[in-house]
Amino acid sequence: MDILRFATAGSVDDGKSTLIGRLLFDSKAIFEDQLEAVERTSRDRGTEYTDLSLLTDGLRAEREQGITIDVAYRYFATPRRKFIIADTPGHIQYTRNMVTGASTADLAIILIDARKGVLEQSRRHAFLTTLLRVPHLVLAVNKMDLVDYSQERFEEIREEFTSFASKLNAPDLTFIPISALHGDNVVSRSENMPWYNGSSLLHHLENVHIASDRNLVDVRFPVQYVIRPQRATDPAFHDYRGYAGQVAGGVLKPGDEVTHLPSGLSTRIASIDTFDGPVDEAFPPMSVTLRLEDDIDISRGDMICRPNNQPQAAQELEAMVCWMTDASKLGPRTKLTIKHTTRTARALVRDLHYRLDVNTLHRDESAQTLGLNEIGRVSLRVTQPLFVDDYARNRLTGGFILVDEVTNNTVGAGMIVEAR
Amino acid sequence: MLQRDYTTSQLDVLEAEAIHIMREVAAEFERPCLLFSGGKDSIVMLRIAEKAFWPAPIPFPLMHVDTGHNFPEVIEFRDRRVAELGARLIVASVQDSIDAGRVVEETGRRASRNRLQTTTLLDAIEDNEFDAVFGGARRDEEKARAKERVFSFRDEFGQWDPKNQRPELWNLYNARLRKGENIRVFPLSNWTELDIWDYIRREGIEIPSIYFAHTRKVFERDGMLLADNPWITRGEDEPVYEAVVRYRTVGDATCTGAVESAAATVEQIIEEIAATRITERGATRADDRASEAAMEDRKREGYF
Ligand SMILES: Nc1nc2c(ncn2[C@@H]2O[C@H](COP(=O)(O)OP(=O)(O)O)[C@@H](O)[C@H]2O)c(=O)[nH]1
Ligand SMILES: [Mg+2]
Repeated sequence: MDILRFATAGSVDDGKSTLIGRLLFDSKAIFEDQLEAVERTSRDRGTEYTDLSLLTDGLRAEREQGITIDVAYRYFATPRRKFIIADTPGHIQYTRNMVTGASTADLAIILIDARKGVLEQSRRHAFLTTLLRVPHLVLAVNKMDLVDYSQERFEEIREEFTSFASKLNAPDLTFIPISALHGDNVVSRSENMPWYNGSSLLHHLENVHIASDRNLVDVRFPVQYVIRPQRATDPAFHDYRGYAGQVAGGVLKPGDEVTHLPSGLSTRIASIDTFDGPVDEAFPPMSVTLRLEDDIDISRGDMICRPNNQPQAAQELEAMVCWMTDASKLGPRTKLTIKHTTRTARALVRDLHYRLDVNTLHRDESAQTLGLNEIGRVSLRVTQPLFVDDYARNRLTGGFILVDEVTNNTVGAGMIVEAR
Repeated sequence: MLQRDYTTSQLDVLEAEAIHIMREVAAEFERPCLLFSGGKDSIVMLRIAEKAFWPAPIPFPLMHVDTGHNFPEVIEFRDRRVAELGARLIVASVQDSIDAGRVVEETGRRASRNRLQTTTLLDAIEDNEFDAVFGGARRDEEKARAKERVFSFRDEFGQWDPKNQRPELWNLYNARLRKGENIRVFPLSNWTELDIWDYIRREGIEIPSIYFAHTRKVFERDGMLLADNPWITRGEDEPVYEAVVRYRTVGDATCTGAVESAAATVEQIIEEIAATRITERGATRADDRASEAAMEDRKREGYF
């Protein structure tokens, strides 16, 4: 059994909570005491139906205002897979939350109300998921019961969305007509839509192939921590020196020739260690410890790669940045702390090329700043080289966060498009 | 090219993520500590710490916030495990906080030291100048926890501000702090109760005996089975009887309930949990039943 992480997006009332509630309920991930609590609260508030959104809207303010403010994580499993749902709010003022939820997602479900069709917000949600390079996208056309399960309506929406998505270079795109309320095509295929030949939503979630979404080609091992057990009880470990980290790309094997950055020195992997014994290969997302044949001065923030396949050692970055705070703005000369893989440096904003209208994709080149939830293309100069790849090639070596040097808050998320 | 399918099992993914989080903390903070109560989540967390730094010893101390209302089996287990690892254990005692006048013992039938723990914890963090504190909480436990970050920022009063959390993207965690502030770190955020048990089974991890079915003197309160013990005031209407029970969570003995169960092995516990229709906190924790937002309120004050 593996794990699929997915994010859900949709506008208010498109049926997101109903869909999640149904997936959780049908996979028995909602427990009786949770359901009773929700029923009790619904009743106290005079709601006629059991409001399943109360299951995910966990904060007092969310329940009082009846809105989703922050990403909530929910869990369920079927015999085939474990699922982690990042339930993200849909409003434009929560763009940063959606960006956060999408950053780790293998798949995104965008809900559309069959009566309303593709709206501005559906386009925004699709844009954000492709910007964050979520590898699989499902367009769930919901409330099919309210359009008489019409194939024509479904096809209309499919065509409209497909032509829009071609502009985004959307990844794997799947359309599923559903009724979250009645369960059509959610867990099993619906008898109400015999014209639909595809899988049910759950079947698709269980079977979509994600193992090859990780970059298994470019070896990238950001050194996280150096293990030197000076007071080891076992004398065999007295001279032990291991480089611990989580593989960010490629497949590493003992005996492989590797290059250390920033030194550029090459050596071979002596062994790949874990608590449970040495392993004969390591690949994402494994956390392992490498021992190398030669003594090289290596510390946290360094990168181990292959001699003939190296990331860019860059101090000038071009990136799409999503700004995440209303306490300040990003503009030329803004100074920030940047965290990229295990390396932290300082960054100076050199230029804001344009601000993107996330609804129309229009580029405003006259923009001077980025404010909360705004996305733009930015040039940064950093104080020491970062070992980067294009975000499109590797999300882990292409993504970074920006931290305000006064408040220490995380104020931006960046995706590298070009590095020098 | 690639002949093999690099699928990774759910436990391996969760373990790799938790190890990554632990190493991040060890690398970026000056004075971390790990909360170890002898409960199953903290036992799993401790095993992950052992793995993350092997063959070096765990590079931070352990801390137990001790309400004094313990199950003796759990304390015995705690001390044995600490000795095996050669780790340093700090015991922060609620009794000491009471004796020092930092908190006042609750009285009456529902008196519990559960809430008092927060002060003891915050004082211990301050006294030891801890800047990162590992906790074994999981997001599937409770709806306020479902919103919490892996690196959960606390101000100089130890408070959590749920509406003002730092965004957390990819596997990048922001460890920046000012003096006096701290980060609570939850490496098991994405684990479910079943994942914990599957892991305990896979790893062959030892757990305290109270997790397995045993005969115990209990009485019923609010639909929960509480152990008859010296710290709890029973009413006339709460007769004690013997039952075969086990614990799903281990907390303060005055507010942690047992469930009727015959599960005597980890396999049987997994079967039972897979079939159960009640959450572990709903079944066993009086502290969460106080109100709809009980956990959120306690967390805001600085609870784990
Ligand atoms: N008829 C019909 N109603 C639906 C369907 N899905 C959701 N709804 C209703 O639409 C309303 C909004 O749903 P909700 O799940 O709260 O939407 P959210 O705001 O996206 O979370 C509720 O009254 C639901 O009962 C569906 O498939 N068919
Ligand atoms: Mg909702």
